[in-house]
Amino acid sequence: MEKVDVYDELVNLKATELRLGLPGTEETVSCGKSNKRALLDDTEKEIESTGKNETASPPKAQIVGWPPVRSYRKNNIQTKKNESEGQGNYVKVSMDGAPYLRKIDLTMYKQYPELMKSLENMFKFSVGEYFEREGYKGSDFVPTYEDKDGDWMLVGDVPWEMFVSSCKRLRIMKGSEVKGLGSGV
Amino acid sequence: MNYFPDEVIEHVFDFVASHKDRNSISLVCKSWHKIERFSRKNVFIGNCYAINPERLIGRFPCLKSLTLKGKPHFADFNLVPHEWGGFVLPWIEALARSRVGLEELRLKRMVVTDESLELLSRSFANFKSLVLVSCEGFTTDGLASIAANCRQLRELDLQENEIDDHRGQWLNCFPDSCTTLISLNFACLKGETNVAALERLVARSPNLKSLKLNRAVPLDALARLMTCAPQLVDLGVGSYENEPDPESFVKLMTAIEKCISLRSLSGFLEVAPLCLPAFYPICQNLISLNLSYAAEIQGNHLIKLIQLCKRLQRLWILDSIGDKGLAVVAATCKELQELRVFPSDVHGEEDNNAAVTEVGLVAISAGCPKLHSILYFCKQMTNAALIAVAKNCPNFIRFRLCILEPHKPDHITSQSLDEGFGAIVQACKGLRRLSVSGLLTDQVFLYIGMYAEQLEMLSIAFAGDTDKGMLYVLNGCKKMRKLEIRDSPFGNAALLADVGRYETMRSLWMSSCEVTLGGCKRLAQNSPRLNVEIINENENNRMEQNEEDEREKVDKLYLYRTMVGTRKDAPPYVRIL
Repeated sequence: MEKVDVYDELVNLKATELRLGLPGTEETVSCGKSNKRALLDDTEKEIESTGKNETASPPKAQIVGWPPVRSYRKNNIQTKKNESEGQGNYVKVSMDGAPYLRKIDLTMYKQYPELMKSLENMFKFSVGEYFEREGYKGSDFVPTYEDKDGDWMLVGDVPWEMFVSSCKRLRIMKGSEVKGLGSGV
Repeated sequence: MNYFPDEVIEHVFDFVASHKDRNSISLVCKSWHKIERFSRKNVFIGNCYAINPERLIGRFPCLKSLTLKGKPHFADFNLVPHEWGGFVLPWIEALARSRVGLEELRLKRMVVTDESLELLSRSFANFKSLVLVSCEGFTTDGLASIAANCRQLRELDLQENEIDDHRGQWLNCFPDSCTTLISLNFACLKGETNVAALERLVARSPNLKSLKLNRAVPLDALARLMTCAPQLVDLGVGSYENEPDPESFVKLMTAIEKCISLRSLSGFLEVAPLCLPAFYPICQNLISLNLSYAAEIQGNHLIKLIQLCKRLQRLWILDSIGDKGLAVVAATCKELQELRVFPSDVHGEEDNNAAVTEVGLVAISAGCPKLHSILYFCKQMTNAALIAVAKNCPNFIRFRLCILEPHKPDHITSQSLDEGFGAIVQACKGLRRLSVSGLLTDQVFLYIGMYAEQLEMLSIAFAGDTDKGMLYVLNGCKKMRKLEIRDSPFGNAALLADVGRYETMRSLWMSSCEVTLGGCKRLAQNSPRLNVEIINENENNRMEQNEEDEREKVDKLYLYRTMVGTRKDAPPYVRIL
């Protein structure tokens, strides 16, 4: 008899409880490793939300593992550029020694020389000449950028389109740090 | 048959390929069991913890090809924490120790380390084929060992793995003498690729039939590669410049035109729609097209492309194709067998008007009579649509519908979708795999239990009202092998109703349901051939044994049948009862 009672207890408690509302909404913290991709997602959300207007509906509660899409796919889906809204591809530009950062729209340029000219005008400096092997020669300043993987790369090495799609921010390096990139000074 | 010498029987067995059939053969009599054992070349292990390597090798000492699956399916959606398990190293070590003549290894959802790849590459002289799907834990250094040491390598197929790219020169590690490659897929590698090394490798691989590139291989390199390998059957395109200059475009088009054997196209990981016309010449030959990573191909570009693909059998696409696009597919692709429509907005942030609805699904079902397999993410559905689909396509083997918003009812009648799914299971007598979504009561499970006689895998999320739902399924679907449930109100009564049932299944997953610790303990009590795992990552919930509250709900339950008892490699937050 005792066994039955224990069983009843196990069974009766919540067997017919109706759940209202989305189950799992308390658990909005995503589990699993906090890898770089997760952080990147947060940054992307930031950029998106500052771009949207106020009347947009609030983001839905994020349910862990929903929709059921493989995390690999979630991390690698190419986000579409919203051409109709003309949002462009704005990246921050910092220059060593400058008091504040600027932002430029990479989609306004068709190739590297245009970009360089614009940067030179913006920060009043000169970037020297680009050589495939040695990098930039003839100036204390070297343009670098942070790519999707978080690495700092020399501007000019990869095809323009590849640069535009992988550039997350620009930094114009100056002085002693520059030697490491083979500026040939 | 008993009057034939063993060699003859063995020869007859050679014609029996399917695992199921070979398993059946081995049960006929002792003599057949023995012959089958020693002649078995391919072994499939659906759950790496159901058996251990030693026993496997003991039974099938002559095996040449091994397929192993590790983590449960819901691990794909981050529901299984890292370090849970599924390590391949002990398997490779055991196979190496016993000098098994391994030639092929196929792994899914397993943890693979550089160490295990290194060991693999050095231990099996005839190793030919490595296929890794949704695995993790290794880097390009591990790939370098495979490239360098596997002299007979024919296939290296990496699908959707998380690989740490050390940007080494793994492609350079293929020796000049390596000319046996038939299939090379590194689309999931994120770093730079030594394109020159790749070109040299492709140039010396005359048997190369399948090549899938990663993002880092640009358009002009693609043209050169295709010129080198006009015999390609399966191509995964990498990156694609935004505006190709006319000369590059012409070069590419010329190269593509020569690839008359091309039947399968995928990739387009970074795409400029303007480059697509280069592929028009071979579209009529395509039987498989995967554009599910190419968010930039939309609207007219996409439709133009699809209109040329009249022989398509398999299409993987994003929902940005819209109902209109699906109508084009329905009108064009009369040979279509498998369709997957993925959500382009996975974070649920945008109010996406271009996504697909029930209209697209009905159109496809009406236009494509050979359709047997579908995965469809959409934002709304109706019973009427599902009933129409069931009528149009009674041949579904796999039907997976994911309505993006949980609990969403029929958007016209506001009713649950029980009747719609009920129609599907009633009409599709051969249905083996089903995923349900939207607002669903116990009724849908009554239908599933009643009609889905061939159902082997069922995925349930945010559905049902009471234990009855789960019971209908367990009692009705005699062929069920994998049942996975999340966020549904099924509890101990359903879990414990027929414990013996679970030994006829591969596994059961229940997360965020109503089962309690006490229920799980009771389940585990008299089931030595079941591993009952409780996964509980929350530090605060880990209490001392004597403080345990048996009424506490279990966060994640994963149980599976096994012949080798409790595994020893579980992390601290996994409790095996």
